[in-house]
Amino acid sequence: MTPLTTTAHAWLARQSRWSYFEIAFWLATLVPFFLFPTYLTLASQIAIAALFAISVDLILGYAGIVTLGHALFFGLGAYSVGLLSARLGWGEPISGLLFAGAVAGLVGFVASYLIVRVQHLALIMVTLGLGFLAYELANAMTWLTGGTDGLRGVDTWEIFGAFRFDLWGYTAYTYSLVVLFLGFLLSRTIVNSSFGLALRGIRENVKRMPAIGSDHSWHLRKIYTISAALAGVAGGLLTQTTNTVGLDVLSFQRSADVVVMLILGGTGRLYGAILGAIIFMIARDQLAGINPQYWYFWIGLLLMVVVLFMPKGILGFLARLAGRRG
Amino acid sequence: MTNLVIVLFDGFAFGMLLFVLSVGLSVTLGMMNFINLAHGAFGMLGGYVTVLVMRQLGLPFILALPVAFLAAALASIVIERTLFRRLYRAGELNQVLFTIGMVFVATAAATYFFGTVQQPIRLPAWLRGTVEIGGIRFGTYRIFLIAIALAITALLVFGIERTRLGAQIRAAVDNQRVAQGLGLNVEQIFGITFALGSGLAGLGGALAIEIVGLDPSFAFHYLVYVLIVVSVGGLGSITGSFVGAALLGIGDVAGKYFVPEIGSFLIYLILVAILLWRPIGLFGRR
Repeated sequence: MTPLTTTAHAWLARQSRWSYFEIAFWLATLVPFFLFPTYLTLASQIAIAALFAISVDLILGYAGIVTLGHALFFGLGAYSVGLLSARLGWGEPISGLLFAGAVAGLVGFVASYLIVRVQHLALIMVTLGLGFLAYELANAMTWLTGGTDGLRGVDTWEIFGAFRFDLWGYTAYTYSLVVLFLGFLLSRTIVNSSFGLALRGIRENVKRMPAIGSDHSWHLRKIYTISAALAGVAGGLLTQTTNTVGLDVLSFQRSADVVVMLILGGTGRLYGAILGAIIFMIARDQLAGINPQYWYFWIGLLLMVVVLFMPKGILGFLARLAGRRG
Repeated sequence: MTNLVIVLFDGFAFGMLLFVLSVGLSVTLGMMNFINLAHGAFGMLGGYVTVLVMRQLGLPFILALPVAFLAAALASIVIERTLFRRLYRAGELNQVLFTIGMVFVATAAATYFFGTVQQPIRLPAWLRGTVEIGGIRFGTYRIFLIAIALAITALLVFGIERTRLGAQIRAAVDNQRVAQGLGLNVEQIFGITFALGSGLAGLGGALAIEIVGLDPSFAFHYLVYVLIVVSVGGLGSITGSFVGAALLGIGDVAGKYFVPEIGSFLIYLILVAILLWRPIGLFGRR
C-alpha cells in the first residue's frame, strides 16, 4: 500500500521507476538472436504486432475508447511507406517511418473529433465504420494501392546506409525491436504522467472528470492522435520488413486480432499488450501450421475463457496470483 | 426505369431480410445494453438447421422455417442462461470480446461440420421463378420474403403495442430499474425477448440462404449489416430497425448496381455520417 501522505508527483515518480522484471524482460527479447535464429522473421512480426497492440492499449486500456477499427491507422502507415517507395522512389527507412507516423497521426487527429462525440454502441460502430471505409476506399483506388493484388515495387534502403535487410531477418528484428522499445518508452512515459492519470480518470468515470476541471475531450483527442501515429509507425514497419503491402493491413481481421491480443495479455498494462502479441503470434504460427481452418476456434475459446475467468487478462491473472501469495 | 424499379424492389427485399435478422438484437440491446455480436451466429444456426432438416428429414422449406426459428430460440435460451447472464454487468468491452469469441467458435464449428462450401437448398416450385406485374418481372421468392417480413412486422407491432408482454418489454426498454421497482421480472422478460429475437435471427438465416447463400462466414459478414441496422435505426425501436433495414437494403443493392466501384464505400460513409449526426440512431430515444 502506498502511504496516503504521498504527493501526486512522488507517486508518479515511483510508478515510473524501472523494476527488475522489466529489465529482465527487455533482455529476454534478445534471446531469439541466439536461441531461435531461424524464427527471427516471426520475432520481428511479433515486435510489430506488439507495437500495434501498445498503440491500441493507450486508447482502449487507458482511456477506455473501445475500437474495432484501428487497422485504419496501421494500414495508413503501411501504405504511406509503401507508396513513398513504390511511387516516389524514396525508400529511406527512418524518414519513411516518421512519415508513416505523421500521416496516421494527422488522420487520427481529424478522426478524434468524431470519436469523442460518441459512446457505447455508436462508438464501436463509428470505429468499425471508419475501418471499413478505409478498406473499401483502398480497394476502390486500385490505381494507387494495387487493390487486392497488393502494392508492388516497394524497396527499402539500408538503415543508415549501412545495414541491409537480410534474408534471415537479423536486421528486421533488430530494427523492429528498437522501434518497439522506443514506442514503449514513449507510451510508458505517457501513462506514468499526470496526463496518463487523467486518461485513467476518464476511463473510470467520464462524467466526473469535467467536474474536477479536466478537459476530457481534449485529453481523449490527444491520446487518440498519439495512438494513431504509433499504429501508423507499426504499419510502416511491416511494409519495410516485408517489402509488400496488401489490403489485409486495413482489414477488420487486423483490428479484431489486435484487440484479442490486448485482451489475452491484459488491458491497461503495456506489458499486457506485448505479452498478448507474443502469445497470439506464436499460437497462430504453431496452430495455423497444423490446421489453418480451425485456428480461430481456439482463439474464440480462449477469448471466452479469458473474459469469464480472467477479466484482467493473463497478466492481470498472474499479478493477482502473485499478490495472493505475497 | 424498369431497372430502377427492379433495384428498388430487390433492395427492399434485401432490407426486409436484414430486418428479420436484426430486429431481435435491437430490442435486446435496448433493454439490457448487452452488446451481443453473436446475434449473426444464431442466424447462421437457423440457416444450417434448415439445410439439415430439408436434406436429412426431407422436410419442405415452408416447414423448415419454424424449425429454424425454434432451434435458434432454444439455443439462445441455453446460452443466455449459462453464459450471457454473467456478463450483463461486465462492461461493453468484455461483452464485445466474449460474443466475438463465440462467433469465432461458431464459424469454426460450421466449417468443421459443413465445410466452407455454399449450402444450396431446393425451393418448392411455387417459390421459384418470377411474377410479371405491369411488364416487370419480380422474383417470386423476394415477394414471399417481403410478405413474411411485413407479417412479422405487423405481429411485432401488435405484440409490443397491444399485449401484456409487449407492455412489459416497453417498460423494461424505457427504464429497466423503474420496471423492476414496479415488480416486473425484468430478467424473465429479457430471457423471453432474447429467445424471440434469436429465433427471428434464425428465421432470417433460413430465409437468407436463397438470397445471399450460406457458408461459415455468414455469422461474421451479416453481423456488420445487422449492427449497421441496429445502430442507425436506434436501440429498442422496431420502427427504427424497419426503416434502417429498408434504407440499408436499398442503399446496398442500388449502390452496388449503379456505382459498383464505390458502392460499399458509400454505405460506410453514410453510416458514420448518420451516427455523428445522431449518435443514438434515427429513431433512438436515449
